[in-house]
Amino acid sequence: MIEARGLTKRFGDKLAVDQLSFTIEPGRITGFLGPNGAGKTTTMRLILGLDHPTGGSVSVNGREFSRSASPMREVGALLDAKAMHGGRSAYNHLLCLAQTNGLPRRRVGDVLDLVGLTEVAGKRSKGFSLGMGQRLGIAAALLGDPAILMFDEPVNGLDPEGILWIRSLMKQLAGEGRTVFVSSHLMSEMENTADHLIVIGRGRLIADCSVAEFIERNSVQTVRVRTPQLDPLVAAVRRVGGRVVATAGDAIMIHGLAADKVGDLAYENGVRLHELAVAQASLEEAYMEQTAASVEFRAGGGPAAEEPAEAGDRVSTGGVA
Amino acid sequence: MTVTAQAAGSQRAAVLPARATRAGFGGALRSEFTKIRSVRSTYWTLFAMIVITIGISALLSWGRIQDYASQPAVVQAHEALRIRSRATEFSMFGLILGQLVIAVLGALTITSEYSTGMIRTSLTVMPRRGTVYAAKAVVFTLVALVAGLVTSFGSYFIGQAIFATHHLNSSIGQPGVLRAVVGGGLFLAVCGLLSYGIGALLRSTAGAITASVALLFVLFVLSGFLPSSWAVHVDKWIPFNAGGAIWENLSGVNMFSPWVGFGVFCAYAAVAVVAGGILFRTRDA
Repeated sequence: MIEARGLTKRFGDKLAVDQLSFTIEPGRITGFLGPNGAGKTTTMRLILGLDHPTGGSVSVNGREFSRSASPMREVGALLDAKAMHGGRSAYNHLLCLAQTNGLPRRRVGDVLDLVGLTEVAGKRSKGFSLGMGQRLGIAAALLGDPAILMFDEPVNGLDPEGILWIRSLMKQLAGEGRTVFVSSHLMSEMENTADHLIVIGRGRLIADCSVAEFIERNSVQTVRVRTPQLDPLVAAVRRVGGRVVATAGDAIMIHGLAADKVGDLAYENGVRLHELAVAQASLEEAYMEQTAASVEFRAGGGPAAEEPAEAGDRVSTGGVA
Repeated sequence: MTVTAQAAGSQRAAVLPARATRAGFGGALRSEFTKIRSVRSTYWTLFAMIVITIGISALLSWGRIQDYASQPAVVQAHEALRIRSRATEFSMFGLILGQLVIAVLGALTITSEYSTGMIRTSLTVMPRRGTVYAAKAVVFTLVALVAGLVTSFGSYFIGQAIFATHHLNSSIGQPGVLRAVVGGGLFLAVCGLLSYGIGALLRSTAGAITASVALLFVLFVLSGFLPSSWAVHVDKWIPFNAGGAIWENLSGVNMFSPWVGFGVFCAYAAVAVVAGGILFRTRDA
């Protein structure tokens, strides 16, 4: 279990992590979601004690991680696939890590086997591909048979085969009852793997809920209607508080009204419908909408917050506003 | 070199016994020893140190002998006394370059953790930083001491063999000779340790090596340009002169005695190591 309370980290005049409080419960995959630069990596570094917080605190199993008597048994982390000496062989890299915690030497062979690197155990890791480096990093994280695993953007730069491997590994690890805390800037990645979500933007908490809840809370239901009598229907929709968000030829998109309500409205107003359909916004869209205001830099623009909110209601739904 | 994708669900490593293993100083020492023995740069730098020190020492000894041999007999009689009294330090003078090579290894021991990113992994598996830092320093010092003693004894015996061709050699049993030869090894180890501390302060290989070379070598060279009224007060505090007192038969009343000079040199190294350790513990990794 990882608990952050008011966790804050300032680099110069930039707040990387801002008053973050959350709890990562054991035995499930918690997705840590946010745009690039939102403070995910910094948060993970704070959990591990690599960075010292400016304010607040974070504990692992009830105490600061640096006080752990047996750190590798508690947490295995992969923050960066290249956080190793390239001149050292895969075997020796793992051996020197295992020795710090007094883990048995055979454990090195076991995890090399598990990630499929046994053949190249004697090779220096500087010759490894990104995928192999990632596997070696995961082997290191698994060395201590830890109850908590942390992965920072583990699928970044991997080929589809590697992505699939990591996904199934995470599910397996969670299935074994471990806590898995995995970050990503892609909602689609989390949609497939995570049980619970912690969403941050600009260092602040945007959402802390289950994936299902996040979808339910954030997907806007859109009703799509085609009719030869647009005007009376639009007027009727607006009268009962619905919003017409797009018009294309004889089709309109309606927010804020359920499909049966739109059908009833059409009937009551004598409007003929050629089509009535429900379109669910994807989770990716919901996530984009949630974090839109918190994206630090946009193409061709300065910091997002300084831009006028010309995107209107889309931006105003952002949780940090 | 392809890696076959395995279905992750098909296997898992054996569960470790519940009895908790403990991360302590012993494990940190074993780990640091594995680290230092498992990269090629260790072997290359130690090999370079031994070859350069012994090579320069032997060359210098040979040069002295050639000079001596070309003198007329009258001069030789006078020269013999001088050479015989300084044969030990002549045979070890390669240490002036050897100290720079061990400084490279000392710096690398800690800066390579930063340049490769390994430090993040090292401090994740062992977040008690003081333990990591101390274990690294102990292991490096032991390795440097062993290599340093091989270097100084090698230098001494090869140099003496050269001096022996004209019966100008010292012997290990003479007063102060064993101290000087063992002191050569100690000197190298402390040079490396000084550089280790600087490496922890600067976290950059190039920066740490530059700073160490400046302290150990450039200061010594510059001190030669001081007016003698200053030199009297400053010379003995120059790191190379202070540390060198243990293996050089330094003439002049203005130098420290062997162990005092070496103590001063150790104090310099201690300042660097302690300052580096404080930053190592408190800075973001």
